[in-house]
Amino acid sequence: MTTSDTRPAPDRPAPPGASTLRTVLTVAALTLREASRRRVLLALAALTVALLVLSAWGFSRLAGEALTSGEARLTASIVLNLVMFGFSLVAALGTAFLAGPTLAGETESGIALAVLSRPIRRSAFLLGKWLGLVAFGSGFVVVAGLAEILVVRATVDYWPPSPVTALALLAAQTAVLLTLTVLLATAVSPMASGVIAVGLFCTTWVAGVVGAIGTALGNDAVAQVGAVSRVLLPTDGLWRGAMNAFQDPSAIVQFGGADQGAGAFPFLSVAPLSAAYLAWSAVWVLMIGGLAAAAYIRKDL
Amino acid sequence: MATDSLTAPDGAALRAASELVSALPPAPAAWCSGLHKRYRKRTAVEDVSLQVGRGEVVGLLGPNGAGKTTVIKMLLGLVRPDAGEAMLLGRPSADPAARARVGYLPELFRYQPWLSAAEVLALHVRLAGGDVSRAEQAECLSLVGLGGRAADRVGGFSKGMQQRLGLAVALVARPEFVVLDEPTSALDPLGRADVRDIVLELRTRGVAVLLNSHLIGEVERVCDRVVVLDRGRVAASGTLAELLGQRELRLQLTGLTPAAQQRLAATGRVDTDGAWLTVAVPADDDGTAAPDLVADLVALGVRVHAVEPVRISLEERLLGILRDGAASRAGEQS
Repeated sequence: MTTSDTRPAPDRPAPPGASTLRTVLTVAALTLREASRRRVLLALAALTVALLVLSAWGFSRLAGEALTSGEARLTASIVLNLVMFGFSLVAALGTAFLAGPTLAGETESGIALAVLSRPIRRSAFLLGKWLGLVAFGSGFVVVAGLAEILVVRATVDYWPPSPVTALALLAAQTAVLLTLTVLLATAVSPMASGVIAVGLFCTTWVAGVVGAIGTALGNDAVAQVGAVSRVLLPTDGLWRGAMNAFQDPSAIVQFGGADQGAGAFPFLSVAPLSAAYLAWSAVWVLMIGGLAAAAYIRKDL
Repeated sequence: MATDSLTAPDGAALRAASELVSALPPAPAAWCSGLHKRYRKRTAVEDVSLQVGRGEVVGLLGPNGAGKTTVIKMLLGLVRPDAGEAMLLGRPSADPAARARVGYLPELFRYQPWLSAAEVLALHVRLAGGDVSRAEQAECLSLVGLGGRAADRVGGFSKGMQQRLGLAVALVARPEFVVLDEPTSALDPLGRADVRDIVLELRTRGVAVLLNSHLIGEVERVCDRVVVLDRGRVAASGTLAELLGQRELRLQLTGLTPAAQQRLAATGRVDTDGAWLTVAVPADDDGTAAPDLVADLVALGVRVHAVEPVRISLEERLLGILRDGAASRAGEQS
């Protein structure tokens, strides 16, 4: 037998593999290319155009009604938030069902075997996937959201107070949900990770609405439901911040004030986001992303 | 001397050390020692040690579930061993840089269906950090018979074509060590011949190959050395000459005397099959055993009607090793 039991002496330094940055960017570009070549892009584009056309038709009907300027701005704010919620839901569905196949699916099918046998770090590979997915999801909500803002401007002449902040928060909400899906995709099957992520997204939104009702009714216990869920999964908190930036400042007063019912209404937000909450969202993404990387590095392929 | 070089000025110590290291023979292409892996309650690999030298073609043989693919994945750092060490081209397998000059065709081969064949190769070249020109990549596709399908999406490829693409992926980044896990499972006879030619070509270029295949004939034709795994352990290993060294003679004799029978038994184990006798020839035979035996038998008054050398095939040897293993396990249990 020719096998020697002594460890061989270290060889000359091996030629360096792809640098970590090059790996991250290559994988991110690959993920974007996958998104653009899979049917999910076509489905997203069709849904987006349908929502845009529907809202343009709705807003043009609104413009025909005899409303006071205050009423018009309130209605525009509410409907804009409603359509934006539609977009964020479409983005959540689209990216959640893209993240599952691209990570868990590749591990199951064997595509990952050939790729991860290259001289690359798994953490760099995962970061590249995440970056590609975030670019795709955020790109979608920003483009679709901007198109909707322009539709509103053209039909009812309403311009949100801080559109850049609003769109950035929508993009952040997508990134948060994606990070969760990436973590799930390192552990469970492609379909399950998508379903669980979208399920949690919707649950947090409902918990947020319940919490707002609790606040409006002065019931602290019920209000806690929203507060706790917003800390556990920051999608709803970021969404409320985005709504606040889309809606006209006078809308809350028009609706009857924050403690009179506007607070309980799901498509108006009474307060802008605090810096602390934004910081928490960033920490949350880092934490869950780190957890996903740790799980992925230890995974036997 | 060591003290001298350490105190020498102007980086002479460094130079001396680098000369010392460069004078060492290169580390083996792959080396592992005492690898263990359990999946829940099932032991997949137990105390496996093996080595693939530079430029050497080593065959990995064994029945289904023997742990061949798990050993390969541990060598490549795709599966974490529970115990033991593995090194690739002189670096620990856990270090991604160890795989910089390694090509791998997995048993479960699938490539991004939304990419074209050429794009898959370009991706792997980028990830390998190599500098392989487009022309060389195209040449690699031609080598595996996909020259005309470079621009086609992988999603439309048959299994056989995907396996050919996998072979191109394993070869594209100028590897020094290539791992082929069942490289012909989806190929037709022509494709198998192509793979054989490619492995032989790699050997002439000094590229080490670890070949896991069920097709024993394939392994026998291209491998310098064979490692047989059975139930997660190394059941046998050695060069083909070592493993197949044992040969036999088939003889048709009449007029056998007790003295002649003694002479036969002195050569090796004797089996009788009707009119034919089979005698095992020692492994260290230098070619004199057969003529000496025949001359002695004739001198003892035996009439020799026919003498045939019998070569044991790798397949028979492998079955023998696996059956011996099963028999000794049965013996331990009873």
